[in-house]
Amino acid sequence: MARATSRNARVGWTVAAWFVALLIFFPILYTIITSLKSEQEAIAGFDLIPSFTLESYQTVQSQNNYWRPFTNSVILAVGSTILALIVAIPAAWAMAFSPTKRTKDILMWMLSTKMMPAVAVLVPIYLIFLRTGLMDTRIGLTILLMLINLPIVVWMLYTYFREIPGEILEAARMDGASLRDEILYVLTPMAVPGIASTLLLNIILAWNEAFWTIQLTTTNAAPLSAFIASFSSPQGLFWAKLSAASVMAIAPILVLGWFSQKQLVRGLTFGAVK
Amino acid sequence: MATRQTQGLARLMRAPAIILLFVWMIVPLCMTLYYSFLNYNLLNPTMTSWAGWFNYQYFYTDPAFFEAIRNTLVLVLGVLLITVVGGIAIAMLIDKPIWGQGVVRILVISPFFVMPPVAALIWKNMIMHPSYGVLADVAQFFGASPVDWFAQYPLTAIILIVSWQWLPFATLILLTSLQSLDTEQMEAAEMDGAPAHSRFLYLILPHMARAITVVILIQTIFLLGIYAEILVTTNGGPGTASTNLTFLIYRAARLNFDIGGAAAGGIIAVILANIVAIFLMRVVGRNLD
Repeated sequence: MARATSRNARVGWTVAAWFVALLIFFPILYTIITSLKSEQEAIAGFDLIPSFTLESYQTVQSQNNYWRPFTNSVILAVGSTILALIVAIPAAWAMAFSPTKRTKDILMWMLSTKMMPAVAVLVPIYLIFLRTGLMDTRIGLTILLMLINLPIVVWMLYTYFREIPGEILEAARMDGASLRDEILYVLTPMAVPGIASTLLLNIILAWNEAFWTIQLTTTNAAPLSAFIASFSSPQGLFWAKLSAASVMAIAPILVLGWFSQKQLVRGLTFGAVK
Repeated sequence: MATRQTQGLARLMRAPAIILLFVWMIVPLCMTLYYSFLNYNLLNPTMTSWAGWFNYQYFYTDPAFFEAIRNTLVLVLGVLLITVVGGIAIAMLIDKPIWGQGVVRILVISPFFVMPPVAALIWKNMIMHPSYGVLADVAQFFGASPVDWFAQYPLTAIILIVSWQWLPFATLILLTSLQSLDTEQMEAAEMDGAPAHSRFLYLILPHMARAITVVILIQTIFLLGIYAEILVTTNGGPGTASTNLTFLIYRAARLNFDIGGAAAGGIIAVILANIVAIFLMRVVGRNLD
């Protein structure tokens, strides 16, 4: 279409696209702006230019003990992702490289476990956590988040592994490579990008999980999602402070997310759209 | 390489994931099913007894249950409508030859990475608050009186917030699909004098059909479980005006300590989700061959 597009049309489309993009991004932008205001400014009416004070960031960190939930978020997101990868890499590997007649059924069944609504198992999981002392512990929540995301991790890895051509393996075998050489020098280098993408997407999903983290934590193991949800009425935390806490909670994952747009499509559609 | 040995190894590699997921799926679900037939309240755990179908009957006769089902459907359908129509429009806009496409993409995709409680609180306090929100400022600028979104239109407010969160997902997937459209075909249609709307109807839309289906089905699964957005904004109210099925069950279990009732609600949620799941599995399964 580019050949037919005049400069004017291009300017028009550009203006329209930027307008829509800024409108969608506005709530995030305004939160960043408000986080740089003082509390008086924050409720003084619409204003896009803050006084650039870092007051709110300091208050949130000192008063609300922000680092505890932040550390919990990092531990839960990274921990559950690594656990999931440890279980999923061998499984996806086996299904991609020595598929059986039932491989497809197993994959579909794994997908089906992801469709179970969380609230359906709220009662038993809550009671199990209460009775085994896992309530409000990092280890309990890490395992739970691992189980929740395991089907997506297996699926994503499977779709990446499946794209590694089998002929390469045959060639390596003909050249006399052992199974160990095959895995170490042929497959691993080709599998690393897929594993990295899976890791990234899963950290994002685990970081943003907000049902189980709210149900199963109080203070000790509460990650940022549960921490922020406890400010549902801004009595303890005012506008500027709420904004600062929000910005700190979403900034790391926003940046990770920008780098993983492509993987996001693939991972969340279970490879149905690439 | 001995095939039997490889297959044994493959089985061993698959086993942990399969066993874990199997236990994770079957054990809690059986427990839910069992509890759903009990009179079991955590406030009075010694009085536990067999209830038969009572918990299901109780749900069925509770007006809040039907309102929750209705709210769930309105929420899912409302968000789907906004995100699919909006997603198609924005994807086509970004696909045009524009300056700064990369940055536009990043801006549009950003809301998806905002965790639900933060998204809801941003909207509740920064945007929709009747005295300090941006929308109130806009209303006052035009001389109108500000809307108290969460008191007057609680479900609409939640639909808007959730749509904002999922619009990026729909846009990104539809854009990916749009970019795989054969440009030669489009140019041929253009040269043959096909007007813009028929190119959209007969070329673009059929090409995106599959991606649209995937967007609808995947979003539905997540939208049936909307929880944090309701918790931090309306807490299900006023009354039960913004309570969906997930929130109703959460209330039964955690606020009323009614284990049996919450379990029965959970089983109903499973049945609802399964109806959607069957469709999704068909679409994804077809792609596997």
